[in-house]
Amino acid sequence: MSLKRNILDLRKRKEKVLQGGGEKAIQKQVAMGKLTARERVTSILDEDSFHEYDMFVEHEARDFGMEKKELHGDGVIIGTGTIYGEPVCIFAQDFTVAGGSLGLMHARKITKIMDHALKMRVPLIGINDSGGARIQEGVNSLAGYGEIFFRNTLASGVIPQLSIILGPCAGGAVYSPALTDFVFVVENISKMFITGPEVIKTVLGEEITMEELGGAKVHSEITGNAHFYALSEYECFEQIKKLLTFIPWNNTKKAKAFPPKPPRPEYKIEEIVPSDPTQPYDIRNVIKSVVDDSDFFESMENFARNIVVGFGRMNGETVGFVANQPLVLAGVLDCDSSDKAARFIRYCNAFNIPIVTLEDMPGYLPGVDQEHMGVIRHGAKILYAYSEATVPKITVIIRKAYGGGYIAMNSRHMKADFMFAWPNAEIAVMGPDGAANIIFKKEIMAAADPEAMRKEKVAEYREKFANPYVAAAKGYIDTVIEPQETRNMLLHSIEVSSNKVDSRPAKKHGIPPF
Amino acid sequence: MGNLKEFNVDGTVYTTELTKKFENRKPWVRPNPKHINSFIPGTIVEILVKEGQEVKEGENLMILEAMKMKNQIKMPFDGKIAKVYVTEGEKVPNRLLMVEIE
Repeated sequence: MSLKRNILDLRKRKEKVLQGGGEKAIQKQVAMGKLTARERVTSILDEDSFHEYDMFVEHEARDFGMEKKELHGDGVIIGTGTIYGEPVCIFAQDFTVAGGSLGLMHARKITKIMDHALKMRVPLIGINDSGGARIQEGVNSLAGYGEIFFRNTLASGVIPQLSIILGPCAGGAVYSPALTDFVFVVENISKMFITGPEVIKTVLGEEITMEELGGAKVHSEITGNAHFYALSEYECFEQIKKLLTFIPWNNTKKAKAFPPKPPRPEYKIEEIVPSDPTQPYDIRNVIKSVVDDSDFFESMENFARNIVVGFGRMNGETVGFVANQPLVLAGVLDCDSSDKAARFIRYCNAFNIPIVTLEDMPGYLPGVDQEHMGVIRHGAKILYAYSEATVPKITVIIRKAYGGGYIAMNSRHMKADFMFAWPNAEIAVMGPDGAANIIFKKEIMAAADPEAMRKEKVAEYREKFANPYVAAAKGYIDTVIEPQETRNMLLHSIEVSSNKVDSRPAKKHGIPPF
Repeated sequence: MGNLKEFNVDGTVYTTELTKKFENRKPWVRPNPKHINSFIPGTIVEILVKEGQEVKEGENLMILEAMKMKNQIKMPFDGKIAKVYVTEGEKVPNRLLMVEIE
């Protein structure tokens, strides 16, 4: 063959693979409201930046008639490309080819691009749309999952790993996303579960739809498996691209800096927070009143809403925010909010992102269910995460800092670098009501008018302890600031922390209360 | 702000939204040792005792099949069966009251 004929032959071969599972399968995919795997990849990456590898991979299955089946690319697309000009590795399961089922070669393609991402120290983006293990390939497909999980774990904390669930992701397949840093789901399209509705019905007699069992809403509101929820695939891709502007390309780098911008004038910090500590407000408005351009990118927006986590920029540099949310459950800590915050803190620490903690919380959520669900070990995760973090850590006590929550929320004692408090901050073992009831129990009971006495004692306690100056007198608080000084103090403290050197004892690894 | 409610933490009443998860939490009830509940959803394949029968501790009351396992439901202490709430072949959910002991 002449070179020209060879080239024509190559083009023909490529064209065949590009058809994926063929016209009919693609029509089905579209009818489900889904984009094809290739459309997804090219929509996420910069235009014309995608380069595909392993197009001509073939499966080796020889049982159950598989020897006669040609599966283009073995049901997965892998390659490299750029996002905002920066390199990334990507894979996308192709549901049109044998339902995106995972066989040996399919898994080998994924692990190849994972190895590449880790070696090149660039983010890995995985698009999951697969019916699960390719049953005809038996243990080989299980082996494939195992190899993927192992690499997810190796890459964890070294390169960002993003999982996008754009179809079913069931059984063993769910564990790869669960091991990655951020999981994206789309309404009506994403479905994640260990055992599907069919099995649940047969074995347990419980009837439930896929959407109710493991749809996008379920994972973003109830389970906390998903970090970002979108109404369409395109919205989801925008979220991915936005997230990538906030995070560094690997754990040796800092996130890209942007030109500094002031917060928008409509966010007036002094007007957001009611002085009565029992009254609610949206803490996100406080964050927006201090970050550049009031642009706060929230993660896990709908899960454990009593704590808020996410990214913003200060003077153009990425900062991770952890903030109690008085608007929901008064901002208490509980099992879910502890998990949510702890994981985010660890992410920031792994990827050199300074952490700003905004504190306004009355304590832990009381209740038998919380205690029996293990609020002790869940709550301990926050202590662990803050204590082990060596990135710059700054805390602003906005209003309430009571009891264990005061300690947990990046207190001086967890080695916060800077501790600020607003003048209305109340730092105490518990709220004045609870404290007065205990300390002055005898006086209150003996009084002619117990209710009047109780009120008097509550006021006495509030006067004495419910302020920032007792803590400031001990140096637990570095300075008491006016609310409108908050942004400047944060900017300054981040700036002077930029060469922070801090270390922890050398060890193989700690034993966090998982 | 959404639906604001009163919420008590350590004696102080806060005004705040509640979460679905919090509002749907199950209230705790002290388990009654005389109640035998299913510990897993499944099917009652065989019932070995009758109402009014005296049963010794450790004797089989019934077989609850779940996840392809035939689980023997045993008498927790010597006693008399007050009532059997399930029938053979019945599919039961988790934590369903199956037998009451007098």
